[in-house]
Amino acid sequence: MAVLAVLAGVLIFLAVEGGPAVFYKQGALPAHATSFWQLAGPLAFGSLWVAVIALAFAAPPAIGVALAATVYAPNQRFGRLLAAVLDLLAAVPSVVFGLWGLMILAPLMGPVDAWLGRYLPWLPFFAGPPSPTGRTVLTAGLVVAVMILPIMAAMCRETFALTPTTLMEAGLALGATRWEMVRWAVLPGARSGMVAGAMLGFGRALGETMAVAMVLSPTPFLVSVNVISSDNPATIAAFIASTFPESRGKQVGALIGLGLVLFGVSLLISVIGRRIGRKAVPA
Amino acid sequence: MIGRMTKVAATATAAGMILAALAGCAANEETPGDGKGSGSPAAKLSGTIDGAGASSQSAAQEAWRGGFAKLQSDVVINYDPTGSGTGREQFTEGGVAFVGTDAPFSLDDVAAGFGSCADGSGLVEVPVYISPIVVAFNLDGITELNLAPKTIADIFLGKIAKWNDPAITADNPGVNLPDTNVAAVHRADKSGTTENFTDWLAANAKDAWPHEPAEEWPVSGGEAAEKTQGVVATVTSTPGAVGYVDAGQASGLGWAAIKVGGAWVSASPEGAAKAVGESSLQEGRADTDVVYDLNRTTEAAGAYPLILVSYLGACEKYKDAEQGKLVAGYFQYVTSEDGQAAAAANAGSAPLTSEEGLSAKVSSAVASIG
Amino acid sequence: MSVTALPMGGGHTGPGSDFAADAAVPPMLKTSGPSLWRRAKNRLAAVAVVAAVAVTAIPLVSMIWTAVARGSQRLDLALFTNSMYGVVGQGGGLLHALTGTVLITAATATISVPLGLAAAIYLTEYGRGQLAALTRRAVDVMVSIPSIVAGLAAYALFSMILGPGTRSGLAGAVALSIIMVPVVVRSSEEVLAMVPGDLREAGLALGAPRYRVIRRIVLPTALPGLTSGAVLGVARIIGETAPLLLVAGFTDAMNYNLADGRMATLPVFIYSQWSSKGLDAAAYDQRAWAGALVLMALVVVLQVLARALPPQIAKLRRNR
Repeated sequence: MAVLAVLAGVLIFLAVEGGPAVFYKQGALPAHATSFWQLAGPLAFGSLWVAVIALAFAAPPAIGVALAATVYAPNQRFGRLLAAVLDLLAAVPSVVFGLWGLMILAPLMGPVDAWLGRYLPWLPFFAGPPSPTGRTVLTAGLVVAVMILPIMAAMCRETFALTPTTLMEAGLALGATRWEMVRWAVLPGARSGMVAGAMLGFGRALGETMAVAMVLSPTPFLVSVNVISSDNPATIAAFIASTFPESRGKQVGALIGLGLVLFGVSLLISVIGRRIGRKAVPA
Repeated sequence: MIGRMTKVAATATAAGMILAALAGCAANEETPGDGKGSGSPAAKLSGTIDGAGASSQSAAQEAWRGGFAKLQSDVVINYDPTGSGTGREQFTEGGVAFVGTDAPFSLDDVAAGFGSCADGSGLVEVPVYISPIVVAFNLDGITELNLAPKTIADIFLGKIAKWNDPAITADNPGVNLPDTNVAAVHRADKSGTTENFTDWLAANAKDAWPHEPAEEWPVSGGEAAEKTQGVVATVTSTPGAVGYVDAGQASGLGWAAIKVGGAWVSASPEGAAKAVGESSLQEGRADTDVVYDLNRTTEAAGAYPLILVSYLGACEKYKDAEQGKLVAGYFQYVTSEDGQAAAAANAGSAPLTSEEGLSAKVSSAVASIG
Repeated sequence: MSVTALPMGGGHTGPGSDFAADAAVPPMLKTSGPSLWRRAKNRLAAVAVVAAVAVTAIPLVSMIWTAVARGSQRLDLALFTNSMYGVVGQGGGLLHALTGTVLITAATATISVPLGLAAAIYLTEYGRGQLAALTRRAVDVMVSIPSIVAGLAAYALFSMILGPGTRSGLAGAVALSIIMVPVVVRSSEEVLAMVPGDLREAGLALGAPRYRVIRRIVLPTALPGLTSGAVLGVARIIGETAPLLLVAGFTDAMNYNLADGRMATLPVFIYSQWSSKGLDAAAYDQRAWAGALVLMALVVVLQVLARALPPQIAKLRRNR
């Protein structure tokens, strides 16, 4: 009940301070927006887009690492060591990810963007023109992918570990290769756990603020799937963080309204995620 | 039913408190026993005042607070570089005793009054931080370029694609400009630097620059970076990149000399102070409200009008008179020769004391506090 | 997990059986020794798993290397005994930020642990019907609150009560609690559900009222797991930056008072050292990276504690 009260409180405070912003007109809104939704729509797209990219990059290694820590681990020590390393990665604060992305990763990604723009320009994602600085949605997605990898890997690891040993041994005894055993015995049963992990990671990616703000070169109002150009869609969380300090009065209200939109989006995603998760396991 | 865990949590809190207490006060915050400053001429003060506002001033504030702590060791001054907008709001609400802001209060704000001020008290607003903004670039082996305002406007509008564009080479005879792509980097966050830069562009490149001055970058698209440091990091790591940043932060990069009148002028503290001296006070404000209408199109020799002027705001009379004394003491130090020199050393700003007329107006405004 | 969903169930008895040629039978059952193709696929999968570990390790190694290379010059005693008050250029330390992080984190735990635990106890021990379903739904919703939104909510709350622009450590703790409460509820619920039902029933059968059974039997049994859940919850929030930047503000002096005035924290310290530098930029950069090292070390210690504490507590309890 206390939890209900806290949640209700969060919603009420946000709604009271941010709700009216939906009706604000030009002047009261940041970035010279003419209407609240003109601002919120593209930003919501940007948040989703960064999260999708991050998920696409993080999911395969997360599953791989989880397998390495469970099924493929030579012994228990190794599995535990790997888990500890993942925890360490989870321990890196988001500002440090931001600094690392800005100073180390982005300069490395510049040539990658140029290469993609040169050889794959027929894909809408690589339409270019390539950014010379590497501070693109692609890079931001990569940084966020590294950030959500530990939580996803941890969730997968837990569900993989739940696979009955007898089942795995039976598979191997039947002459299956290790991969076939994973494919037929481990993965199917772990599907709901993997989906839950992916959704948790996606939610984190949606709300990631400082790292995206520091790495991404945003253009407000832009909706684009081009991942290698200097003009990138901005995300709600990063926009709030970079606009808040210089805002006052109604503009702060508008930012809180944006926060409400972000809340709504991530809620929607988690509901959809739970649907998928439920479908994945035939009852 | 939750007794035990509450106890555990309470123990954790207590442990935290003890840890903090054991650590004691920070070594650098211990006040000397007699509390006597090094030959301070002013009366002994004590207490704490909070300020908030422009992040552009933060390095200068660091220097001022460090210097003032030596004069008045019992006074604690906090400055939260939250940004000009939130700073002004907090000062209006009475949350802080003084404010640093890149954009002065509007006359409407002044008429509405301020939270910490006594009834009927006026606003004291003085320019304290004058800093040149540099158009800084990253081109191998080139440390200085001449860039006319129109050229800069076209670069930031994305109309000039290569560094060996005729518009650039024409102004730089003898410089071997490479075929590198131009990557113009602007601020992604709202900032006073952007407002001053766009104001300068609008005044000096009217035909080329169609936008109004604004804290938010008005052109859609292009490379954007968070905070001054984001711009600096991006320009530093990308050959061919160019951005506009506070001169104090652009030391490792090439600087553009801009065209003032008929001559090319590089950014310098003296040139910045001179440009302020060439400007006139905004009309309709009280004597204590020293706000400049910056003359961006001055043609005075040596003046560098691409500058950022950041103000400190305070009440003439405070509800709490003790607070007034502290603010007065601090502002006197900030605007003194020592204070301005300290800021110049840590932040690379222009001492306002180098312009006599300016300095006199500021000290008389500050004298009215308290 | 349902075994019947697996293709290997269903009566196939292995190589040599009558059904060996059936197309629906997984490949592993068709021949006695893995074919070349199957072995190649197996090898490929193993390589992919190793590659996944390598790909994960690269950013971690790069990040730690960067932090050590750029921050280790400032890992001196002064870093831990000084604040930044009155420090110009070189020198200074992060004692104020470390203190702030410890205080705000402790306050967050003080708010979140009882709240979260109460909710978890309600859900596992009492929860029936609509209210429980609603509470469970609410926890799910709270998990999906982005941290910046939690910061905005705390900002909105404190602006409503104390006027706009209020900054305090307590506001920071409230914001972080919004993030931490669902974490605690989830982990506690899991641990409490693992307490054997027999224990509860034995207690109830002896005529003890429900709350006593919970206090005397369920909670003590679950204590090690609850503690480690709480510690991991703390590790989750200790590196949060954005909400603290909004509501706890920044100062470079010590502040022990959660309720009054701005309070520095390590993540905000790192950010502000990076974002507002003086002329001697290197000194600020070194402090920022040194701060990152300290913060990372702190979280590692917490995680080691979360692993080591439960057995220790269990041992203590046994010896008592």
